[in-house]
Amino acid sequence: MSLPLFLEQTLNGVQLGVMLFLMSAGLTLVFGIMNLINLAHGALYMLGAFIAATVAEKSDSFLLGALVAVLATAAIGALLEVALLRRFYHRSHLDQVLVTFGLILVFNQVTQLIWGAVPMRFNLPDSVAGSIELFPGLNYPVFRLVILGVGLVVGLLLYVMIMRTRIGMWVRAGASNRAMASAIGVNVEMVFIGVFAAGAALAGLAGLMAGPILAVQVGMGEPVLILALVVTVIGGIGSINGALVAAIMIGLIDTFGRVLLSPALGSMVIFLAMAVILAWKPKGLFPVHG
Amino acid sequence: MADLAPTPNRRDWFAILLLLALLAVVPPIAEAVGQPFAIKVASRVVVFAIAAVGLNLVLGFGGMVSLLHAGLFGVGGYVIGILAWHDFNGEALQLGPFAYAGTGNLLISLPLAVLVSAAAAVLMGMVSLRTNGAYFIMITLAFNQMLYYLGVALQKYGGEDGLQILGDLSIAGLDPSKRLVYFYVSLAALAVVMVLVQRLVGSRFGMVLRASAQNERRVKALGIPPTRYRLTAFALSGGIAGLAGALMASGQQFISPADMSWVRSGDLVVMCVLGGLTTVWGPVLGAALFLLLELGLSSLTNAWQLPFGLIVIGMAVWLHDGLIGAIRRWVQS
Repeated sequence: MSLPLFLEQTLNGVQLGVMLFLMSAGLTLVFGIMNLINLAHGALYMLGAFIAATVAEKSDSFLLGALVAVLATAAIGALLEVALLRRFYHRSHLDQVLVTFGLILVFNQVTQLIWGAVPMRFNLPDSVAGSIELFPGLNYPVFRLVILGVGLVVGLLLYVMIMRTRIGMWVRAGASNRAMASAIGVNVEMVFIGVFAAGAALAGLAGLMAGPILAVQVGMGEPVLILALVVTVIGGIGSINGALVAAIMIGLIDTFGRVLLSPALGSMVIFLAMAVILAWKPKGLFPVHG
Repeated sequence: MADLAPTPNRRDWFAILLLLALLAVVPPIAEAVGQPFAIKVASRVVVFAIAAVGLNLVLGFGGMVSLLHAGLFGVGGYVIGILAWHDFNGEALQLGPFAYAGTGNLLISLPLAVLVSAAAAVLMGMVSLRTNGAYFIMITLAFNQMLYYLGVALQKYGGEDGLQILGDLSIAGLDPSKRLVYFYVSLAALAVVMVLVQRLVGSRFGMVLRASAQNERRVKALGIPPTRYRLTAFALSGGIAGLAGALMASGQQFISPADMSWVRSGDLVVMCVLGGLTTVWGPVLGAALFLLLELGLSSLTNAWQLPFGLIVIGMAVWLHDGLIGAIRRWVQS
């Protein structure tokens, strides 16, 4: 492997990792705080891509599309929490799997009814459509750099917010001991809605950024959901640090696995890596609970 | 798990015999009224019922929510397909120093399919069962995808497009591509599986399995290591799922990674819940209801996943004990 190719793939890997972090942040917080397995998280990723593509096409503004998509997915997330999923916090994991599995079917079908079964085009504005020469012999698409930058900034903001602010303290308190947090006066109900909406918005953001690179189509959320679940499990469910480390790790393993082996074998390597890590540390790299 | 699965009793045996008898009379009735398509539907019901009964051994009786079973189902199917491929192409299957010519004889390849999928279940169970609860669900889901990508990676055997079985299959001199042969072979397999699982959950083994689902700490305090029992149940359950996959591959002479997608695993869980988790025979009812619902809704509208998804959501919200529980409550009131 030549140096430019290695650098390019490393960038690709980190970029995938950053996207996976955006996906798994919501997943891991929702699980850590509300004890809910949300398999429908990938549907919000898909909706983010579809809404952004549609608004961007109609308004001719990528930024507007992105803004609307993030707000819309946040609203859908909040609505889901209030209308349906909050009843499931104290139910068995089996019930949670069932209800979110049903949600996937509904979301996929509704999306198909609205936007059709044919993959949708999502064009980039000219300003980020080209590529620039980062090093001699390495031309890299500008948009991928934008994704990398946005992902890192959002990830950093999230980290600072959760680790350094009062809101973040409530969230962490809720994650480590829900009853105690509630007893010392944290408005747990609002925290729950907020966390859910934020997680949904992050998934929507990841989806709209993936849209122009991958195809915007029904079912695009599920492969990413599964990678995000792997990230969550490896990082330790409920741990933001763990999700960040595991996301970058999985992003790199997946990217290099696909290049060095075949795409299908490369995809298998991730799951083998997960098996090895869990055989060593069953609660993930950064366990939160006990 | 909210309610512990009760010890099977005489009524459960009656339900098992009744279901088997009802299924057995489908082909003659279908032939009589000139609807041979119904036999095909019934075969599909029987095959998925086998997989669901297998899954319910760990899901309903062991309290383990596994999303790996479509993967194991596929492993069974691929064993049949790959052995038939080598037999048909006259090229020996090389496994290290061993070579095997392959076979289309299901009396050999069906047991092998069960063994291989049970072995796969043991390997993955050893990692998954180190954890529990949400971790277990997510890990089995990830392993299911690993098996899916393994299917895609098998370029020699069709890769993503799947593996068409071109050679002749036979079982004890009969041809499983014949509708009736296939149906009754599958039904016999379902009967064997149901009797086996029913005997098992009523045994000492089954009692430990059910008890560990309810209170692991007490089981440990009694000096019984629950993980060993769980792993054994997981292996058996995986072997049964593999048997179902093997039967499906022999019936439709085709197996593909699509049969192993994690959505299929979700479908199997829905079947079990639909029929009720507390009996051995409930999942059979659930499989029948699921597939008929799928067939009925998809004949009404292309967008059948919407009503279907809503039904699943409604079931999760209101019906904790499945269809059987709902009927039971309705009868009692």
